[in-house]
Amino acid sequence: MGMHNLFGQTLKVINVGTPTFTEDLHLQNVSYVHLEWRPPAQGDAELIEVLERLAPYRAVIESANDEVLRRIKAVTGRLIGVKRARDVIPGMDAQTILHAGPPVLWANMAGPMRGAVMGALVYEGLAKNNEEALALAASGAVRFAPCHEHSAVGPMAGVISPSMPVHVLYDEANKSYAYCTINEGLGKVLRYGANSDEVLQRLSWMEKEFAPVLDAALTLCGGMDIGGIIAQALQMGDECHNRNKAAGCLFLREMMGHVLRTDFPLPQKIAALEFIKANDHYFLNLSMPYCKLALQAGQGVKHATVCTIMARNGFEFGIKISSSDKWFTGPANYVEGLLFPGFTQEDAAPDIGDSAITETMGIGGFAMGGAPAIVKFVGGRVQDALNYSLQMHEICHGENSSFTLPTLDFKPTALGIDIIKVVETGILPIINTGIAHKEPGVGQVGAGLVTPPFKCFRAALVEFAATVTK
Amino acid sequence: MHVFSKILRNEYYDSVTLMSLTARLQSQLDAEEIVVVMATEMNKEILLGLGFVASALHEASANDCIIGVISKTNDATILDEVVRQLKQGVRQGDDGHRLAHKTIKGALGDFDANLVVISTPGEYAAREAELALIQGLHVMIFSDNVSIQDEKRLKQMARDKGLLLMGPDCGTAIINGVGLCFANRVRAGNIGLVAASGTGLQEVSVLIHRWGGGISQAIGVGGRDLSVEIGGIMMLEGVRALSRDMQTEVIVLISKPPAREVQRAILDVLRGVEKPAIICFLDGGAPEGLDPNWRFVATLEAAATTALSLVGLQVEEKVVDASFFAARVAEESRKMHPAQRFMRGLYCGGTLCAEALSIARKEVHPLFSNVAKLDGEKLADPLTSRGHRFVDLGDDMFTRGRPHPMIDPNIRLARILQEAADPETAVLLLDFELGYGSHSDPVGVTLDALRIAREIAGAEGRHLAIVGYVCGTDLDKQGFASQCEKLKSLGVIVATSNAHAVQLACKIVSGGA
Repeated sequence: MGMHNLFGQTLKVINVGTPTFTEDLHLQNVSYVHLEWRPPAQGDAELIEVLERLAPYRAVIESANDEVLRRIKAVTGRLIGVKRARDVIPGMDAQTILHAGPPVLWANMAGPMRGAVMGALVYEGLAKNNEEALALAASGAVRFAPCHEHSAVGPMAGVISPSMPVHVLYDEANKSYAYCTINEGLGKVLRYGANSDEVLQRLSWMEKEFAPVLDAALTLCGGMDIGGIIAQALQMGDECHNRNKAAGCLFLREMMGHVLRTDFPLPQKIAALEFIKANDHYFLNLSMPYCKLALQAGQGVKHATVCTIMARNGFEFGIKISSSDKWFTGPANYVEGLLFPGFTQEDAAPDIGDSAITETMGIGGFAMGGAPAIVKFVGGRVQDALNYSLQMHEICHGENSSFTLPTLDFKPTALGIDIIKVVETGILPIINTGIAHKEPGVGQVGAGLVTPPFKCFRAALVEFAATVTK
Repeated sequence: MHVFSKILRNEYYDSVTLMSLTARLQSQLDAEEIVVVMATEMNKEILLGLGFVASALHEASANDCIIGVISKTNDATILDEVVRQLKQGVRQGDDGHRLAHKTIKGALGDFDANLVVISTPGEYAAREAELALIQGLHVMIFSDNVSIQDEKRLKQMARDKGLLLMGPDCGTAIINGVGLCFANRVRAGNIGLVAASGTGLQEVSVLIHRWGGGISQAIGVGGRDLSVEIGGIMMLEGVRALSRDMQTEVIVLISKPPAREVQRAILDVLRGVEKPAIICFLDGGAPEGLDPNWRFVATLEAAATTALSLVGLQVEEKVVDASFFAARVAEESRKMHPAQRFMRGLYCGGTLCAEALSIARKEVHPLFSNVAKLDGEKLADPLTSRGHRFVDLGDDMFTRGRPHPMIDPNIRLARILQEAADPETAVLLLDFELGYGSHSDPVGVTLDALRIAREIAGAEGRHLAIVGYVCGTDLDKQGFASQCEKLKSLGVIVATSNAHAVQLACKIVSGGA
């Protein structure tokens, strides 16, 4: 096209800088958008220099990120079974305890994670009581590893021990698997660091009574399409991180007949169905491994700057990008939100859990505009949630047409957090999450919004630029 | 401690509503603890733990809302306040606002823009411009302090993509009838302008409008476009675009004299253009006999009149009431004390200042200016008075850390008083720019200073002549007629063009001849 083509068009202006020029555009009835402009990279001269150094590689990076998104979208996630962790999770052995977030030493583990680890050691019979568990955990004899490094994810403490039953999700496109524990419900639960007898008894019931029933039902039905349920639930007011009511109902509806057709005693089958029904967050432990399955397919594309992991261990927030196998970490933030009665901000643990994998996949906080019922966690308004969902497009490489939000005229959710865009704009991914008590065993004390530390993205970009421009 | 509780039967509120209410109440009311919850088993346990009486709680169900307050005072009305706020609902505060986009690409998600106007601090402008060009958008960079390397790179990029890149430091453009940044509202017409000068473009477009013509497009290219480094990239593209534009019949180029090779490049492109071209390189020589299609003119006023004549609008009488002006000049001139020999031009418009210098050079001597290019005319210190002076107050040395005088004419007021106090000052020569972007009442903010200036001179037995020019049209938002009237009410001679104003001033200092 030539410049003279502009002359025939109706002028539509984006104003970047002083807002006074928009007054005159308004006066002339010219349609315009005024940007809420801020200096790029928060005005950090070193980062601006890094961005400029990367400018010649823009096309290469774009096409690499295209490839990441193509791979992610090609994934089909089916729940195919419920199995014992050590039997299915690669690299899992009797001495391994998996946990949420990036790698962390026992000495640095947050209260809830410590509580969960001790509970898991007792549950596994590796320790008789908490005292022994504490000594064992500190002794170095237990191998701690991030769930994410074993194709797994876990909410909050995210602890997976060898005997625990895990949801197994399968991707036909890549013949790959992802794993996640079964959600225990609210209140005193292991993922919040509770480890009383009541907690361990429930874990035991889940292993021995619940898991076999669901596994058999899944065998009968040939597995369940989790991506399909997420897509539907997003149209029903869920964002599939903090709100899973609709998805839980859909899942239960799909599974009910299959569960009843299994050969287990009726009371056991009813108990299994009741367990799913009573837990508003049952589906979280399915949406998370679905997201993990999709995102791990996007791992390993050279020159790609899209995030494939965002995860927290209550001590640090860590991210990974497609083109690197390295964790980039920064101190975990505190969640800003509303606390249950009787608790104060003093009680809160820093941001924790692998559940930010949902935001990494463009749901959760990114899809909050479609979940008006929970926007009060923001402190307010449906419009805030819509704005979050729109704004996340500014830091994402593309969008996911499988997941659409009716409240935004069925606009697809943003997909593929691009660290370059995060650094450029200073807009951080928004995460919609629960707040754990800082002491082990107390449980959830509230919910709210949190963002990753900017430092993660800064470090990732600096390293990426060094690699690419070498 | 006093414990109060109240149960609202069968009133359901979601937990989030209650949590936000509780948070708000905690900060507003003077209480040890305020709990507003649905009476689930878990919440009842919490309430018991906080010291609420068990019997009151037992009967409540999960469909009932419980309000519990632990207060320092024995005043149960605090419960009423909690209920009031609860019933009032949580839909309070500002209306939700739509998302403000933070990036150009983000804005394009729901707005199909075709032009980006950039006025960020200069160090960031090139980056935003590049992002806009990548998205296929035309760009106007108002910001200054963009490096010449960036300017060249961006202009080459724009040229290769067939996009317009106006600026950096481009103050004025009229695209498709829309005035951008500092532009006057003018009639649509068949004269197309390409200018490396903001107020130059304003003056030519204003005069074309005033004398009955109209503008097709007015493209600003930024003051450095015709430098050797940039090579006139955008002026060349602008000429090409106007040559293909159906609305444009005559093309006017406005600039300071370019480097020789740049001028050659421009003439090479013009040679392929069938439409007549007017070349206004202020102070520039006119190469003779090059092309019958070309007219070289030395002033902005001549650019306007020549363009008008080429589209069949002969300007018979630029100055409608010549005899009136002659009488006024003679009158002012008579009142001058012999020591009052010089005119003092205090300009907000840089190119108007340059045009004034160019015209006055032929009439008066010695003259100085901070925009002068000739060695003998350069003003070593623009802050002190010497000879006939033409000061561009938009010069960097005046605007550092301050708005441009077209936005804030107050910057000129102290200078007016200073010149009035100088016994050698005969005439104050002032410009007032109207139009988009400019101050809402540039004459109004100057009137008091003009009154005081007259008094300062009068106290020492001198008469101070003031010649003003309002660069604006009857369509401009400030009101052209009222701006002129305000000046006339103070006895200011209001000229018809910038050139006219200088000529009047020259006549006054030359004894009214």
